[in-house]
Amino acid sequence: MMLSRLSALFLGCALLLAPVLVLAVDDPAEMLPNPQEEARAEAIGSQLRCLVCQNESIEDSSAGLARDLRRVVREHVAKGESNRQIMDWMVNRYGNFIRLSPPLSIGTLLLWSMPVLALLLGLTTAFFAYRRRNAAPAAPPPLTAEEKARLADLTKD
Amino acid sequence: MSNPPENMTRRRLLMAAPLAGAAIVGVGFWKMLSGMQHGSFNPHDINAPVLNRPVPDFSVPDQAPGQGFSAQDLRALTQPVLVNFFASWCIPCLAEMPTLMGLKDDLTMWGIAYKDRPENAAGFLKHSGNPFTRLGSDRDGRVGIDWGISGVPETFLIGPGGIIRWHSAAPLDVDTIRGTLVPLLESLKKS
Repeated sequence: MMLSRLSALFLGCALLLAPVLVLAVDDPAEMLPNPQEEARAEAIGSQLRCLVCQNESIEDSSAGLARDLRRVVREHVAKGESNRQIMDWMVNRYGNFIRLSPPLSIGTLLLWSMPVLALLLGLTTAFFAYRRRNAAPAAPPPLTAEEKARLADLTKD
Repeated sequence: MSNPPENMTRRRLLMAAPLAGAAIVGVGFWKMLSGMQHGSFNPHDINAPVLNRPVPDFSVPDQAPGQGFSAQDLRALTQPVLVNFFASWCIPCLAEMPTLMGLKDDLTMWGIAYKDRPENAAGFLKHSGNPFTRLGSDRDGRVGIDWGISGVPETFLIGPGGIIRWHSAAPLDVDTIRGTLVPLLESLKKS
């Protein structure tokens, strides 16, 4: 009993640590010698989608293409290119799909502002509906002579 | 007082609005699904940026039994050429080979062996037949990255002047050739 609890605890710890271990690159030899440059390369790589396993970044993936792209990013970083230049290089080849965070465009702007737009539309509709309901009902048109006569006839009693 | 018949039409219109919305969404989905069936819409197609652009700068050394080529060779073309990335380690490429062999009399094809040992690629072509008139080797996969490929096989149709006219990230089959490639080639010939 005790033993199984202990091993469960150990397993739990191992599982908690697992993501930290997976985040590291496959082979330390891939890393740039300069820690600052390596950090920058990792930051760029974590924003690039691995095109083989499409929901992972190239820093997280062990796919061959991800490894190649990591190497390309490190070469460009070592050459002193800016993050923007490296991102553009990638987008030029693979399109915006390679970016894990899509850029601001008419399409994405419309997508992201849709909840606010829908809320505004709903509020406006509700406002006008509310005002209409609460508006004082218009005074009925005056009775014609014929109607007056009929009314008098009905209330004669 | 508001007019009762007018009120009824208003009510009917309001009732119809969600139905109309659902109908529009339905038509959209139907179009998407039929596009996926015909191959005109592929949600997994990540390689859209290269379309209608000139081929990237690259050059691939000779791969036996053919002669390598470069971007200049493709840009100097006056006839369409199909460029196919393949590898001996890739099972879908092996499955695609009979289709390419059937196409080689009608369309010029150039091949690039992607991340493959030259002797393995040569053996592969000896075994499956060689549909390529020119052959290059991209051993480290760098040329593949410049073309924006994410795996093999990938196929590009290069129009006159070295413009990428069409791309497929899936193995070619007879349906794709008849339904997409042949009409595209005809429209290229006309223009």
